[in-house]
Amino acid sequence: MKKITFTFIALLLAAPLSAQNKDLGGLVAEGGQVETAGIDASGEDAEGGLTFTVTDESDWADLGVAIPAFATDRDLATPANSSGTAALGREVARVITANLRNNGLFKPVGPDALPQPSFVQIRAPSWATWSGRGAEMLVHGFVQARSDGRLMFGCYLYDVALQDELVREGWVVPPADWRRAAHKCSDIIYSRLTGESPFFDSRIAYIAETGPKNKRIKRLAIMDSDGANHRFITLGSSTALTPRYSPDYKRLMYLSYVDGNPRIYVYDIGTGKQTLVTQSSNPTFAPRWSPDGRYILYSMAVSGNTDIYRVPAGGGTSVRLTDTPGIDIGGSYAPDGGKIVFESDRSGSQQCYVMDANGSNQRRISFFGGRCATPEWSPRGDQIAFTRIAGDFNISVMSPAGRNLRVLTSGWQDEAPTWAPNGRIIQFFRTERNTGRTALWQVDLTGRNERRLPTPVDASDPAWGPILP
Amino acid sequence: MMNRNAAIMLFAGTAALAACAPKAPEELPPPPAEAAAPAPAPTPTGPTGPVLGSQEHFVDAVNGQNVIYFDTDRYNIDSADAAALQTQAQYLGQYGQIRVTIEGHADERGTREYNLALGERRANAAKNYLVGLGVDASRIATVSYGKERPVALGSNEAAWAENRRAVSVVIN
Repeated sequence: MKKITFTFIALLLAAPLSAQNKDLGGLVAEGGQVETAGIDASGEDAEGGLTFTVTDESDWADLGVAIPAFATDRDLATPANSSGTAALGREVARVITANLRNNGLFKPVGPDALPQPSFVQIRAPSWATWSGRGAEMLVHGFVQARSDGRLMFGCYLYDVALQDELVREGWVVPPADWRRAAHKCSDIIYSRLTGESPFFDSRIAYIAETGPKNKRIKRLAIMDSDGANHRFITLGSSTALTPRYSPDYKRLMYLSYVDGNPRIYVYDIGTGKQTLVTQSSNPTFAPRWSPDGRYILYSMAVSGNTDIYRVPAGGGTSVRLTDTPGIDIGGSYAPDGGKIVFESDRSGSQQCYVMDANGSNQRRISFFGGRCATPEWSPRGDQIAFTRIAGDFNISVMSPAGRNLRVLTSGWQDEAPTWAPNGRIIQFFRTERNTGRTALWQVDLTGRNERRLPTPVDASDPAWGPILP
Repeated sequence: MMNRNAAIMLFAGTAALAACAPKAPEELPPPPAEAAAPAPAPTPTGPTGPVLGSQEHFVDAVNGQNVIYFDTDRYNIDSADAAALQTQAQYLGQYGQIRVTIEGHADERGTREYNLALGERRANAAKNYLVGLGVDASRIATVSYGKERPVALGSNEAAWAENRRAVSVVIN
């Protein structure tokens, strides 16, 4: 009896929530833990240095990297691959090869064009085989099915000319997360050869778009950095816009019209429930996380005047950071959390401004021709990416002081940059003239390697999360 | 301002060609699928015309002036807008039970978030003008759709002029 009463009360309490959850799809898996594991030393010094100096990207861009299939000690069944661990080892090498090739990194040759090393050769490469093929760098790896049901991966990078190991790492992952081992291997190869921070083991939230220009359906979706493990979060009955992953990937903020008005919701990936970012009948836009995940920025229109507010992510009192008449919107924290870059039309047109995290010392930083919109501070802190509006929309970067403007893209309407976790690549969305069709694109900080990201349907508002925890 | 006038003339010309001076309800943006109350089923209106309380009745009564237009990046109420809003205010004065939502829109030549805020500012500009004419503020809701719901689908000045608008919609 008591239990029934409790259930009844719980249903009553849940009732008001159902309306704001009605556009949500089923739960998506949060993903398992990736555990870094020690793997046997090959006898060489694991910290052995590079034999060349990375001075310019063109030096390493031409580096030939051979990535044969990962070996397995015993070909065992695994939920990760219907053909067993040997086939999985080949698949992992394919993912690594695609990662490097698609991002214009090195000259990778994948497992389908290379001999298969044996399990013992993973720690003792057959040097003659690889030097004979002109490979400068060699990636080896193994996969083992463990008795606890998880998978063990090892990843080794060798300098073929030196016959030396450059780096090695191992991971234990649930079978469903096998691709993360491939991304982590890609990351250590990339980091070791370029000196840059990793970025492959990360996810992207974005808006999936279908339908004609005047009846566009916009759904919240997520995917891995390479487009795999694609999931829709919302069903499309309400327009969803402008998502942002929390730094720990446990929550997603986005704008939804689920109650008929544009409002920011915080969606909990584990529970599949969402809450309003602030209890207010005013429209809220442009959600942003602080780099440590402790604060949320949102923009709220009161009687038509939009300002930027900050609220503790765990709930609490909102603080208004801007108070000029006009539109102050967005906001992107510097990586140390001390400053915020945002856009404002207080001077008459959209321009970029910087303020301290408490709203003080607001000053304009963009003084070139055209308008400055959607500024995003690089995770490295040294650049701000933004949408430059000067006739067309182009993705551009400048220093945090507003100097050294560089225009990176030349589409008709390229909008809303988001940084790779290492601050070397920028994604954005490109809208096609007349049709209104949208797609995700990326370009690297040098303006090179521009490419379209494959998505199941049209796509906008990419938001690249940090390296996965 | 020249652009604006040219666009209006272009627009008017198009409308005349289509032999359909007042904007038909079919041209309005689709109501939000998630709106609390869907439009009532099109009950037969008979020879007396649209029913009071319907969007059609409102649009007919204000002679299609339930939509006002804005210049690029602007939200001020110009003389054409003022005339349209006066007509709307007369209707709302005559029918005290009617409530409206003003939907603010922007053209596609602005970034998404800014345009949401701009649409909200335009909807509020229209609302404030109606309130100034004596309409009770509690009878007017606002919502911004930014650039997400264009009515004109081209990527040209004429289409953009049509999309920079605030649309008054009767709440059922």
